Amino acid sequence: MSTSSADTGVDRGTSRPGSAPVKGAAPGRGTASAKRRSHPFARFVLVRLGVGVLLCLGITILAFGLTHAVPGDPVAANLGQRALNDPAAVAAFKAKNGLDDSLPSQYWTYLTNLLHGDMGTSQQTHRPVWDDLGDKIPASLELALAAIVLALVIGVGLGIVAAVTRGRWPDRIIRVVSLAGVSVPVFWLAQVAFYVFSFKLGWIQAGGRLSPGAIPPDDITGLYTVDSLLTGEWGTFGEAFSRMVLPACVLAAFNIGVLTRFTRAAVLEALGNDYVRAARAKGLPESTVIRRHALRPALTSILTVAGLTFGGMLAGTVLVENVLSWPGLGQYAYKSALNLDLPSIMGVCLFVAVVYVVINLLVDLLYGVIDPRIRLS
Amino acid sequence: MNATRIFLGDRLGAGRGNRSDPGRTGAPDAADERAARRRRRRANKSPWRSPLAVTGLVIIGVFLVAAVFASVISPEDPLAQKWPKYQAPSAEHWFGTDQLGRDILSRVIHGTRVSLPLALLLVVLAMVIGTVLGAVAGYFGGWIDMVVMRCADLVLAFPAIILAMAVVAALGPNLTNAVLAVVVVSWPTYARVVRGLVLSLRQSDFVQADRLLGASGWRVLAVDLRPNLAGPVAVLAALDLGNAVLLLSGLSFLGLGAQPPAAEWGAMVNAGSANFDAWWVAVFPGAAILLSVLAFNFLGDTLRDALDPRTARAIRG
Repeated sequence: MSTSSADTGVDRGTSRPGSAPVKGAAPGRGTASAKRRSHPFARFVLVRLGVGVLLCLGITILAFGLTHAVPGDPVAANLGQRALNDPAAVAAFKAKNGLDDSLPSQYWTYLTNLLHGDMGTSQQTHRPVWDDLGDKIPASLELALAAIVLALVIGVGLGIVAAVTRGRWPDRIIRVVSLAGVSVPVFWLAQVAFYVFSFKLGWIQAGGRLSPGAIPPDDITGLYTVDSLLTGEWGTFGEAFSRMVLPACVLAAFNIGVLTRFTRAAVLEALGNDYVRAARAKGLPESTVIRRHALRPALTSILTVAGLTFGGMLAGTVLVENVLSWPGLGQYAYKSALNLDLPSIMGVCLFVAVVYVVINLLVDLLYGVIDPRIRLS
Repeated sequence: MNATRIFLGDRLGAGRGNRSDPGRTGAPDAADERAARRRRRRANKSPWRSPLAVTGLVIIGVFLVAAVFASVISPEDPLAQKWPKYQAPSAEHWFGTDQLGRDILSRVIHGTRVSLPLALLLVVLAMVIGTVLGAVAGYFGGWIDMVVMRCADLVLAFPAIILAMAVVAALGPNLTNAVLAVVVVSWPTYARVVRGLVLSLRQSDFVQADRLLGASGWRVLAVDLRPNLAGPVAVLAALDLGNAVLLLSGLSFLGLGAQPPAAEWGAMVNAGSANFDAWWVAVFPGAAILLSVLAFNFLGDTLRDALDPRTARAIRG
């Protein structure tokens, strides 16, 4: 009766594409620890790490293949009409970007450069892609952190309420609300929220991380709210914080829906266990039963979803970032995609996917730490 | 072991119902009666009777009617630019007019002809591809399983919208490519769920019996497993329809899907961002997206509850 259902393959990581979780290799978990009894956890970690590295390699191939096996012509996209008519300029551009080599050798160059920390030069900004990403990552990270905290607090809370009041009216209302949350088109929600709260009521400022003329705080972490607090610039903090409210709420809306439904299901599942029955039988107050006996085991699966949601948020925010002009990864990816800027698209895809794999790995390891049955089974 | 789990789960479930009942201090026969009533009510509960599912069905019905009879229902030509631009909603133009002086109500109605058929088409495509790959991977195992599931993992490692964006940008921004892109990012979900189901069904007696009778693997898949997969896959597809509409309109919103002057909801919302004074330009098409997605989700969610709990857990979204 293990919680790990690797034997059936119907694992709890399966979800909808929006939140698209990855279970590296579900079968690996069972076989790995069965083979050697001595260091099951070490082996578990090793297998997960190996799968993660392979997945990263696959991602580089996919990102590379996707951007190269396509009809789009980067030469035409990047050179002006006059340069296009000049064969020397075209040849120079091709040579500079290695466009004349065979595909495998281009991939090999790409991969070795990558391992040296070189992701190529953005054809839009003419800067190293890694530098561009470095500018964008903190913005997206700040937004995603704010949104995930918001979504976790509200989503898990609503989920618990729904599970406890199963079938009665609070549960029904929460169900409709969470379904509405996953059904609303974020780009529209962002526009409507901006219109109502910023444009009409003027309650909060939105658009960008700071007002156009403002000087960002010293770069310590890159997160404006944290940096301004560290340097004691209260005005900047207020500004950065208030501008984050709208995008964070919009971004959280969808994820609140997902987390609520997941929490409800997980808590209900935990409530069906024998030990919950025993806890009630010995007369523990219901709140203790929920908190200590139902929520603890449910936390592991909530953790997975939260981790993967966070990974998805980092760049799944294209729509919100574009509407509210948040200068993050999503907006960068969108601009690169429009300009057929191959190195930048590959850079963003790669970064996001690797983050995804790493989060997945961390969640799996945390799982092992939290739930001994998984690492010792 | 699975059977035990289901059995125990049911028993515990029933026990829990009684226990959490606030009136359990009452006479035992009263509790029994209540339990019996509850059981009867549960037996009556067809997913098609739940208010959520009915609401969803009605909304979908309205949208379908609008799509079929769009040219009859809509008051004006969706492409005609013969009115003053940015007119607020009025008796003449219920939803107002847009930046080119087109009637928004007519455009929203005609939008059903773009979003709904395409969403259906791409969900069917993703469903067929994902189901076949997942079933083959699950049943035959070995290297096929390895290759298919690693591909699924790869696709799932990218946020759907980014990958779809990259695909569209690469192939060229138009509606056909947007649909292709959404198919590319949607199939792995089906493959995963179906593979899991096939893995657990493979061991069942009826499959073993058919194998002993000399059935080939393909026959087992088509004859024994297909009917067992149909229900869960249909529910998954219903849930996925909403996502498909969202993703497709999102791509169009970014200018990577439907191209002007097509009446597509996402693109219409985008047109609204040019002039915030004219709120009606974006609000109505957006509301149409919300309503249709909500309807699909109401339906899918209710249907999922009707599945057996173990299967439902596999496709929990």
